[in-house]
Amino acid sequence: MRIGVFVCQCGTNIAGTVDTEAVARRAMEYADVVYATSYVYTCSEPGQQEIQRRIKEMNLQGVVVAACSPRMHEPTFRRAVERAGLNRYMFEMANIREHVSWISTDKEANTRKAMELVHMAVAKLRFNQPLFSSKVPINKRVLIIGAGVAGIQAALDCSDGGLDVVLVEKNPSIGGKMAQLDKTFPTIDCSSCILGPKMVDISQKENVTLHACSEVESVSGYVGNFKVQIRKKATYVNWNACTGCGECVRKCPSRKAPDPFNEHLATARAINIPFPQAIPKKAAINRDYCLHFTKGKCGVCKKICPVNAIDYDMQDELVSEEVGAIIVATGFDLFDHSVYGEYGGGRYPDVISGLQYERILSASGPFGGHIRRPSNGREPRDIVFIACVGSRDASVGRPYCSGVCCMYIAKQAILTRDHLPDSNCYVFYMDIRSPGKNYDEFVRRAQEEYGVQYIRGRVGKIYPRGDRMVVQGADTLLGIQVEVEADLVVLATGVEASAGAGELAEKLRISYDQYGFYMESHPKLRPVETNTAGVFLAGACQGPKDIPASVAQGSAAAAKVQALFARDAIETDPQVALVNERTCVGCLKCIMVCPFGAIQSKTLRDGSIKAEVLASVCQGCGLCNATCPPKAIQLQHATDNQILAELNILCA
Amino acid sequence: MDQSAASGALVDSIRIIGFLCNWCSYGGADTAGVCRFKQPTDLRVVRVPCTGRVDPLFVAKPLIYGADGVLVSGCHPKDCHYAVGNLYARRRLEVLKNFLSFMGIDQRRFRYTWVSASEGQRWQQVVSEFSETIHAVGPNPLARK
Repeated sequence: MRIGVFVCQCGTNIAGTVDTEAVARRAMEYADVVYATSYVYTCSEPGQQEIQRRIKEMNLQGVVVAACSPRMHEPTFRRAVERAGLNRYMFEMANIREHVSWISTDKEANTRKAMELVHMAVAKLRFNQPLFSSKVPINKRVLIIGAGVAGIQAALDCSDGGLDVVLVEKNPSIGGKMAQLDKTFPTIDCSSCILGPKMVDISQKENVTLHACSEVESVSGYVGNFKVQIRKKATYVNWNACTGCGECVRKCPSRKAPDPFNEHLATARAINIPFPQAIPKKAAINRDYCLHFTKGKCGVCKKICPVNAIDYDMQDELVSEEVGAIIVATGFDLFDHSVYGEYGGGRYPDVISGLQYERILSASGPFGGHIRRPSNGREPRDIVFIACVGSRDASVGRPYCSGVCCMYIAKQAILTRDHLPDSNCYVFYMDIRSPGKNYDEFVRRAQEEYGVQYIRGRVGKIYPRGDRMVVQGADTLLGIQVEVEADLVVLATGVEASAGAGELAEKLRISYDQYGFYMESHPKLRPVETNTAGVFLAGACQGPKDIPASVAQGSAAAAKVQALFARDAIETDPQVALVNERTCVGCLKCIMVCPFGAIQSKTLRDGSIKAEVLASVCQGCGLCNATCPPKAIQLQHATDNQILAELNILCA
Repeated sequence: MDQSAASGALVDSIRIIGFLCNWCSYGGADTAGVCRFKQPTDLRVVRVPCTGRVDPLFVAKPLIYGADGVLVSGCHPKDCHYAVGNLYARRRLEVLKNFLSFMGIDQRRFRYTWVSASEGQRWQQVVSEFSETIHAVGPNPLARK
């Protein structure tokens, strides 16, 4: 083989701490290397042209680029060598930037290490084989998991683009957290007035199939051809018949069921429609509170329902859907403020979360939009907001900024002063984070126009005095201790990953960070893709986000899906396992370990049993390769010989 | 660490091989690099698709023929790009670990661990600690025959 080696200087990123000229000179000594050079920016247009020119001029059969991480530029260089007529798999990369020049300043040691890494890449390349992709058709339907504002936006954009959409929502209604909000910052738009039309659109789109009260049970397959099982939870109401008239809700005698939509500030009936604008507007029975299920009597709803929709025998139903791409938009959960013992640990009814206050402000909320104290129903006069509850606090495992709290307390304080002009609003804050369009102006309005008093400092303690709450904190600007007597304390509870995020990630085979937020493929350049082809992210499941950012990411994910679906077939990755039938002994251990069911057995004409890989299903993990006793099954592009060749360099 | 850094000859002779899965730990090592987290230079990384691809032979062979340490690092359990690859790796490598002393290899020369793509700092810590261990254990006597 004739191999060319290109050692990138990456400006001074590599050349600053690695002698790239020396690395190139040494490379000339390695077996099969016929050309080696050092270049200032190999990934640049002239850099790539230089590679292509040398391939033709020197008749190169393989290329090694020693540069940045292959996770960064491997696709770039593969395309470059392909343009010069080489197979794209006759290329190897040595990572001498992230793994060498950036982690040590010892130029001598770095240069030595870079030389060895290049040598390993050359040794591997000598065993490389040209590989060829095949094409598989794409199923042009998209699954969207989660129907908050991000999922809704993605669904509408995909639907407008003519795609069939399967939308799965865990709760009985779509809308997510935005449906619970009263107003939105910084425009003070009515939240349900701007979200409502989008929700109605979803229900009216003919190419959108909505599964509410449903969760994804399992996912198999690969980009272009996923198979998804969806569990439709039993609602005990036949939704095909239910008209959402609400007669059953009004007559239900069980009134103590929890009301998650109102953040448990009120109770609901055992049969309930979560809110007036719910989509789908259908009733569902809470089994744990329904007298029919708990006591074996009642049955009022069944008797009263004009369309005979009540079905006490209903079971969960599993629905299969086949899709070509998946958008994950599962949103977030609110931080549980009961962790803060000094703020009452959730024991004081007048110390509430930000979302609870949102329900109090809302006209569809428990108090019909009148601000009242949950403890005694009276109007509060002094209201304290506390920022960063469950944000920027490593002691509770939440060192990150939730991004929205500064803004939503400014909004809530403005609304409070609007509703109750005689009230006094205080905000305890650490720093004000308002980096959006018109955001900082909005916070200033709260301070200057609405007279909200901002106090910079942490609150140390909240305790009751009579029927009011005492808030003790520091004013770090004045350097004094502050004590405020309040009727109501609103904690700006932060954002955390939703409760089932980890489980769903396992099903989808996507990664999440230490806080449970899903990992994008690249933090800057691939913010909606995941590392699993065909799975995209939208909204706060990827990290704390406000509404405009969630909507933007919903649209971005939809655009990515449409770009994917613009082709009729996708190229498969040829880095898959391959069986050598002459050495396969037919033990079929590979079938047992394969996580994807990509291997099957076949009987040859002589009656012997052999393993066979379904190339389009194989994901290229190589489990089978490590398992196979006679090493008859080999992962292409990471064969035993290739890896051992790399190791041999290091053992010499 | 400081001692080993001072004596250039020792640094020179120590060689550690790291098998890093493409999706998590290789990304974690990249993240550490991007963040300029300083690390010892003894480690040579072999990129594998998954720790489940790591044949015990890949660990044993270098330790017999000359490497001073082998580090395998993959996705955290339940966060594997291939669902269960790292669980197979854990079983295999745990058995292998117990087998090393039978082969006359100091068990401390081998470690497996989990580092995600976002954990650059953790990667720096893992590499530094392992390198320190290997420097304390010293060059592999099997190598110098």
